[in-house]
This record gives sequence, C-alpha cells and structure tokens, in this order.
Amino acid sequence: MHLHKYEKIWLAFGMASLVVFLLVIGFAAFWKGTHPQSSLDMIDQNNIEAYDNFKPENLGLQEVADGKYKVNIVASTFNYDFGVDKDEKPVKTIRIPQGSTVLFTITTKDVVHGFQVAGTNVNMMVEPGHISRYETVMKKKGEYTIVCNEYCGIGHHQMFGKVEVY
Amino acid sequence: MEATERNLQLFPKKDARLYMSFMYVTFTSLLVGGLMGLLQTFVRSGRFTLPFNINYYTILTVHGVILGLVLTTFFIIGFQFALMGKTVGISDKQRMVGWISFWMMLVGTVMAAVTILVGQANVLYTFYAPLAAHPAFYFGLAFVIIGSWISAFTNFRQLYVWKKAHKGEKSPLLAFMVVINMLMWVIASLGVAIAVVVQFIPWSLGMTDTINVLVSRTLFWYFGHPLVYFWLLPAYMAWYAIIPKIIGGKLFSDSLARLAFILLLMFSIPVGFHHQLTEPGIDPTWKFIQVVLTMMVVIPSLMTAFSIFATFEITGRRKGFSSLFGWFKKLPWGDVRFLAPFIGMVAFIPGGIGGIINASHQMNALIHNTIWVTGHFHLTVATTVILTYFGIAYWLVPHLTGRRLTPQLNKLGIIQSIIWTVGMLIMSTSMHIEGLLGGPRRSAFSNYAGGAQVDTWIGYQLAQAIGGTILFVGILLMTYIFIKLAFFAPKGVEEFPIAEEDTDAQKTPKILENWYLWVGITIALIAFAYTIPMIDIIKHSPPGSVPFKFPIGRS
Ligand code: HEM
Ligand SMILES: [Cu+2]
Ligand SMILES: [Cu+2]
Repeated sequence: MHLHKYEKIWLAFGMASLVVFLLVIGFAAFWKGTHPQSSLDMIDQNNIEAYDNFKPENLGLQEVADGKYKVNIVASTFNYDFGVDKDEKPVKTIRIPQGSTVLFTITTKDVVHGFQVAGTNVNMMVEPGHISRYETVMKKKGEYTIVCNEYCGIGHHQMFGKVEVY
Repeated sequence: MEATERNLQLFPKKDARLYMSFMYVTFTSLLVGGLMGLLQTFVRSGRFTLPFNINYYTILTVHGVILGLVLTTFFIIGFQFALMGKTVGISDKQRMVGWISFWMMLVGTVMAAVTILVGQANVLYTFYAPLAAHPAFYFGLAFVIIGSWISAFTNFRQLYVWKKAHKGEKSPLLAFMVVINMLMWVIASLGVAIAVVVQFIPWSLGMTDTINVLVSRTLFWYFGHPLVYFWLLPAYMAWYAIIPKIIGGKLFSDSLARLAFILLLMFSIPVGFHHQLTEPGIDPTWKFIQVVLTMMVVIPSLMTAFSIFATFEITGRRKGFSSLFGWFKKLPWGDVRFLAPFIGMVAFIPGGIGGIINASHQMNALIHNTIWVTGHFHLTVATTVILTYFGIAYWLVPHLTGRRLTPQLNKLGIIQSIIWTVGMLIMSTSMHIEGLLGGPRRSAFSNYAGGAQVDTWIGYQLAQAIGGTILFVGILLMTYIFIKLAFFAPKGVEEFPIAEEDTDAQKTPKILENWYLWVGITIALIAFAYTIPMIDIIKHSPPGSVPFKFPIGRS
C-alpha cells in the first residue's frame, strides 16, 4: 500500500505527539498519583452504619490533624447527609480553612449518585455497595456548590450542598 | 454495468420502499426529539415550566432515546441498506428479512416510547440500575437491538453472496465499510443485549431480586463507546467515498480507506472504561490501559483528515487551480450535498479535541457529568454526524422517491446548514463554558444552594435556550425539505454519487479483506482489555441492588 510522503510526515508527527501525550498522563497517574477516583473498598449498602465513616456521629467535617480534614457523606435520594450541627439541625455547608487537605469519603444508601464540588477536581461517581473517596487541597477561597451530577431520579436537581473555603 | 450509469439508475420500487421506510422514522424522530430538546433548553433557562405536569426527565429520556438511539440507528440501517443495494444488490429474500428487521425495530421503538411517555421509564437513555423502569421499556430496547442484528446479518449475507458470484474481485469499498460498521455494532451491542436480557428484564419482572450495578454499567459502556463510532462511520463512508464524487473528483485511496475502517473497528470497543473513569470498584491501571487504547483512534482520524483534504486539493488542481489555496475557493460551496458535510468535518476538529480532553484519565474529573459533555456530543453527534446525514439525505431521499433536489430546495438546504451552525455554535459553546464552571448535565433548572457560582451558570443556560430555539427552527426547515423531497419535488433522477478509483490507482492488498484476521484481532483486544477487570468486578461484588421505582416517580 502506498503512502504519500506528506502523509507519512503527518502520521509520524501525529503519532509522536500521541506518545508524548500518553507518557505525560501516564507519568502523572502512576508516579504523581493523580489517578482518577478508583476506590476498591466495598460496603453493604443496606447496612452502611457498620462502616465507621458512615456512623451518624462521624458524618460531616472532622479535623484529623493540623490542617488535615475528613468529610464523610452519605448520599440518598435526593439528599447528602453531612451530619447534624450543635442544634441537631442537618448541616448543609461545610466550612474549611484555606489550604487544608481534605479527604472526601462518600457512599450511597440507594441508587447511583454523583458528587462534585463544582469547578474542582472533586468529582466522583457514588455507587451502591462501593465507597468513593478523593483527597485534595482546598487552595482557593470561595463558595463552592456541591452538585449531584449523576441522574438519580426526578428530584436529582434538588440534591446539593455547599463548601465554603475561608 | 458502468459505475456512473449505475449511479443514475433508480432502485426498483420495492427496494426503494424499504430504504425510505427507515428515512420516515428518522425524520419523524428528528422532529419529535428536536421539540424535546427545545423544551429542555427552555426549562433550564429558569423562565419556563412544562405544562400539564410533564416531568423534565420524561422529555429528557425521550430526547436521548429518540435522537441518540432511534434516529441514528434507523438512518444508519436505511442508508447502509441503500449502499448495499447499490453496490452488491439485494435479493427478494434479503429484502423480506430487511422488512422483518424494520418492523421489529419499529415495534421496539413504539413500546419503549409509550412506556417513557406514560411516565414509567424516567431513566434517561442510559437506564442506569438500580433505577427500575417498567419491563416494557427493556423489552422495547431488546427488540430494537435484535431487529438491528437481523439487518446486520442480512448485510453480511449480501456481501457474501456477491463475493461468491465475483470470485477473486475485491468487494466494493462501500459494502466493505458497511460490513465493518455492522460487525462493530453486533460485537458491541452484545454487551448491552446481555445487560438487558440477562440482568434488567428478569430483575424488572421480579424474577430476580437484585442486580449487579457495576456489571450492568460496565456492560453498558462496553457498548456505549462503539455506539458513537457506529454513528460516525456512516459519516466517514460519505466523506471517503461520496463527497469526492460530489466535488467532481476520485477516491483518494481505496486501501487507506479500508485500513482506517479496520483500525476503527479494532479500537472502538476495548475502551469503555473512559466513560467510567471516576467510578469506584475499577482498578485505575485498567482504566489507564483503556485510555491508551482509546487514544489509538487518533491514528485513523489523522488518516481520514489527510485523505479528505488531499481529495479536495487534488480535485481542485485537476480543475486547473494552481495557487497554494486557490483550489479551496473553488470547492462547490453552493452545493448543499457538499456544504452540510463539510461543516460537519470542521465541527469535528473542536469535537475531536474535546474528546481527547474527556478521555484523558485525570483531566476527565474536571468535566465528567458536567454540561460540557453535552456540549461535546452536540458538536460531534448533533453536528458532525447529523449534518453529514442531512448531506446524504439531500440526494438519497430524492433518489429513492424518483424526484430531484431542485435549486430552490438546495438553497433551503444551505440556509438550513447555516441555521444549524449558528444555533449549535451558541448552544454548544455555552454548554462547554458552563461545564468548565461546574454546571451539571442531565438536570432540570435549579438554584441549588444559591450563591455566586450558580449565578454564573444561569446566563449560559439562557444562551442555550437561544441556541436551542435557532436549532429548532433548523429542524422545522429540515422537516419541510424532507417532506418536499419525499412527496412533492419534481420527478426526475437524482444521482447516487459514488466515487470511483483512478484508473491508475494502486492495487488494494488482499489482506485488507481478511475478515478472520481483523475480527480475530478485535476480539483479542477486547479480551485483553476486559477479561481481568471484569473478573475482578464480579469477584469483588457488593450485595446486589433491589429495583428502585420511587425515585423516578413510579409507585
Ligand atoms: C433542536 C436541537 C437540539 C437541542 C435544542 C438539544 C438540546 C439538548 C439539551 C439542552 C440537552 C441536555 C439536557 C440536560 O442534560 O439536562 C440535550 C441532551 C442530549 N441530546 Fe440534544 N439537542 C438537540 C439536538 C440533538 C440531536 C440532533 C441529537 C442526536 C442526534 C441530540 C442528542 C442528545 C443526547 C443523546 C442527549 C443526552 C441525554 C441525556 O443526557 O440523557 N440532541 N440536548
Ligand atoms: Cu442526582
Ligand atoms: Cu467514549
């Protein structure tokens, strides 16, 4: 089969760029640890409280060390449970100091949901029987909307929360 | 028969009737689905609520199913039947089987559509478990898939019979391409068929208590990515083998076209994890392997881009335009059969770049499930693919009905293409930007928790409603053109433009038609990319999920 000289150049250039590109994302994934959320931990979705993170008293924000936080969340149609505040009212806003390292851990009691801190890389699928987690540094001040971004039923657009980085 | 002569010879009536039936369903779907699209953009603007208590997710399900699954499949199968009929012929028996396929798909479509419209299947076109629709929805889908297989096997048979009668000859290029596309479709849709028949149907009927959610999603996306190539390959058929004829040129290279199609077959299926990058329960190393396999598509894409522009230039130079870009000006811009697909090609440049971003392992997290993704596939499917299909319909429909694309209809077609381009530019661009700002897809209007971030989204949602309105005008115009071409345009003979090879073209290597080899490699790649992760997923299964009906409003 005949390939035109320009076509050979074009394909060689294209394939070389492709190799470089794949090396870059491969390096970032395997050496810099930037794989997308891929937790392999499992849970019984009918009994999530058997898992420490999802006991009612452990939901929401917890400081684990200086500048290090955990946020545990239970998703269900059409709500995120971030625990309760001092007055036993459901928490709707998570307040985190700027520059903290935060580990989000979430599971679902029923159907598939999404969890995105909008405009950031904190973006994961939440599936029954699985635990999703993602650690990040909250570098920029501001208010971030948490949205459920996987269709979970007719109240899907009413499933949200808020993160405030101060 | 001389090729040019054959291009001008109309099909026998009974053949044309079969091919046209698929076109009627296609353009009816366009109108119905387009109306839903318009309503979606209105709702999302926040200034409009649906009348009669209609649910947003009902119309979104209709839109996704009717445009993403029905319109595309019917157009493709009808077009491919016409290509096969033209290049290798159809027997009485094959035509009859073609009708069985048509009716089966139509019955399936109607079943699914009715179930959605009565509110029993607000599950969107991806029907993710454990949301449970009424069983009739899954039965409908199964009929559509099985019906499509019947036409696939008819196409295989058509080429087989031709080959036997033409020993030693290479198969006609377009027939070869159709067979590649249908092979891909059958291999890929096996995944979704297994999910529907083995998992969803028994579960929705209550015969099994629970469903393995991650397995069902993995089977769906094993099918979901090749699905988009199934839409794209018929457009490539037109770009490679039809557009050259329309601009008055020859095929660029028969072997290169075949090679591109073979590569697309091989690298279309073992890649579904790029839709599941942010999912738990799948090893990230296997995700990365499938990302690498996904990116291999860059190679046939670059080959295609080169071939197309080389054809343009060679044709222009043969006509005597010697300056560096003089040939470009002389392309037949006033011919809608060329202009509409050409706009499609241009849209594929940003579309393809967006696709690379989406599939890039970690970059995916920024845009996954944001409205960026919707912007992406309205560029690729709803512009590149659809405008090429329109470009085909402008000659195929009159060729089938024995009418002509008049200069006046041609002009309307050009206006249609421009309207579509403008509407899509507005809608898709604002979707892309809103997505980067975090706005989610598949969502009715919501203020969420309020605040500055949400405020930035709403302006773009208004822009989408403006783009959507322009697009809907384009759909009305296209419907008008279709009705004219089908029933009212003056009688005559519209060419079925199939390009020929140059007389001095190089011989096509025999190996390109070694089906065992290419299908073998395809299956080996699938086995490589899926066996281990699939075993892992099944071995590490959580308890299954019972059907959930209340979240989608079923009681
Ligand atoms: C009038 C023209 C169109 C308009 C205004 C339109 C509008 C939209 C909008 C606003 C959405 C996103 C809704 C959401 O995520 O909440 C959407 C989704 C979608 N559109 Fe379109 N669209 C049009 C044409 C098309 C065409 C021609 C196709 C395919 C051939 C198509 C395929 C899809 C698909 C598959 C979805 C995804 C549905 C889902 O996420 O479940 N659209 N469309
Ligand atoms: Cu949701
Ligand atoms: Cu894909």
